[in-house]
Amino acid sequence: MAEAKIKPMTINFGPQHPAAHGVLRLVMEMDGEVVERIDPHIGLLHRGTEKLIEYKTYLQAMPYFDRLDYVAPMAQEHAYVLGVEKLLGLEVPKRGQYIRVLFDEISRVLNHLLNVPAYAMDVGALTPMLWCFEQREYLMEFYERVSGARLHAAYYRPGGVHQDLPAGLLDDIMKWADQFPKIIDDLSSLLDENRIFKQRLVDIGVVTAEQALDWGFTGPMLRSSGVPWDLRKAQPYDAYAEMDFDIPIGKNGDCYDRYLVRMEELRQSLRIIRQCCEKMPSGPHVSRDFKVTPPPRGEMKRSMEALIHHFKLYTEGFHVPPGETYTAVEAPKGEFGVYLVSDGTNRPYRCKIRAPGFPHLQAIEFCSKGHMLADSVAILGSMDIVFGEVDR
Amino acid sequence: MSEALRELGNAIKAAHPGDIDEVDVRLGELMLVVKRDSIVRVLKHLRDDPSCLFKMLVDICGVDFPERAQRFDVVYNLLSLKHNRRIRVKVRANEAEPVPSVVSLFNAAGWYERETWDLYGVAFSDHPDLRRLLTDYGFDGHPLRKDFPLTGHVEVRYDEEQKRVVYDKVKLQQDFRSFDFLSPWEGMTRPLPGDEKAKH
Repeated sequence: MAEAKIKPMTINFGPQHPAAHGVLRLVMEMDGEVVERIDPHIGLLHRGTEKLIEYKTYLQAMPYFDRLDYVAPMAQEHAYVLGVEKLLGLEVPKRGQYIRVLFDEISRVLNHLLNVPAYAMDVGALTPMLWCFEQREYLMEFYERVSGARLHAAYYRPGGVHQDLPAGLLDDIMKWADQFPKIIDDLSSLLDENRIFKQRLVDIGVVTAEQALDWGFTGPMLRSSGVPWDLRKAQPYDAYAEMDFDIPIGKNGDCYDRYLVRMEELRQSLRIIRQCCEKMPSGPHVSRDFKVTPPPRGEMKRSMEALIHHFKLYTEGFHVPPGETYTAVEAPKGEFGVYLVSDGTNRPYRCKIRAPGFPHLQAIEFCSKGHMLADSVAILGSMDIVFGEVDR
Repeated sequence: MSEALRELGNAIKAAHPGDIDEVDVRLGELMLVVKRDSIVRVLKHLRDDPSCLFKMLVDICGVDFPERAQRFDVVYNLLSLKHNRRIRVKVRANEAEPVPSVVSLFNAAGWYERETWDLYGVAFSDHPDLRRLLTDYGFDGHPLRKDFPLTGHVEVRYDEEQKRVVYDKVKLQQDFRSFDFLSPWEGMTRPLPGDEKAKH
């Protein structure tokens, strides 16, 4: 029988699909089971964050950053407050810096604890999800104890953090850190050498270092291609210069390496968390520049000036001198940047949010071309996409 | 740090006489303003020149200044891993004339340019696939322009009679309010919006 020519088939993946990690619509052109073309349709979760921020004062704009990558909220806040501090020329006290680094790393663990098991679930393993969510719950408890909210913390402020750590929190974090290595080891023993897991990931979606740079990859996606680049080391912000930690890199740039890099980052984050807890300096947690941060409650009862400061801060807000800055932090998913343009008023003139997932998702066609349909799901999982930040 | 950046900026300007309008270092960040038609040439130099090696295009975004004739800034943020440096390149643009696309240099530019087109209406010539990206299918207007209202023009709802989602003109229960908090608290030297009201 002569071989029949099969017409390429177009299939629609999502917007409601459990493996799409949110609301992603992929229009795929298939040759049999092989992907020929992918056209991602994003923007289904577009909320106009950047536009809304232009209509808010600098302080009111801050909570929007929790809602971008809602898996690791505080890392986003960090980029924004660093940008505002840069424009203001504001110094942050040591304790404030340490608290922010501590919670950045807790956010990183939170993120990887969601990404790794979700990824494993995409390729067929259900157990890690249950194990990791228990740990995530402990960490979100720490979030709750400092900020009052499990997810949308709104804890960082230009100048430091909103409130000092409650008594006993550091001891509890240390207690958590003591039991956590066992969880990572258990997770490793389930997945690292798992035959099915490796069959699905090894040599899938290989990206070379050159290609990763060209496509604008950052974070674990870039490091798994063998580029030792981490903003925490290269352009240290806050207290990262005083921390001792290593940057894991991959060799092959495939999906499996991305998984391994994230697992090692969990261990390194744990090291930073321990160092923060041990070395936590005393002193104020937030800058005492009352033109930017509110005065202590007690002072407001006695001092007229403090009362005026408080009133002005929560009605008009503070003014930021004209200027512009691009400030980036190493968020769990990659480089999260904020491009702030100030015109000297109390509201940002423009606030562009550079989300790491955006260029990653852009490359899905490039990564998946020639792979099977099921591999594109594995590649999508390895990219660690969260639509809150991609669509903004 | 800023000295080295200024030197680098001047070296780039010397290599491209007539292409670069402005070199500035502020807050430790190097910024170039480039003529619109030279952007591809300058970015190629920035990517390939051994003293620059800005191999990663981190971001492209628009900024709107409605009072200017060339009302848009298109801002390119680049990063050099080798030299651990950042640079910001700006191009002035308007609605009518397109900016040359840099997709041929950086694959990452594809979606960033689509986004800028979508949100600001800055067109890019030679872009392989310049469609809308973030807004709804069939959306009208460019939402991040300063003259686009925050509330938008249309809202969606499910219509029980037609059994489908329909678009209506947006109805506000209360007029959109923009509070004028720009009172002269501290450091306000320029004339304030609202002062003209006092003269009447």
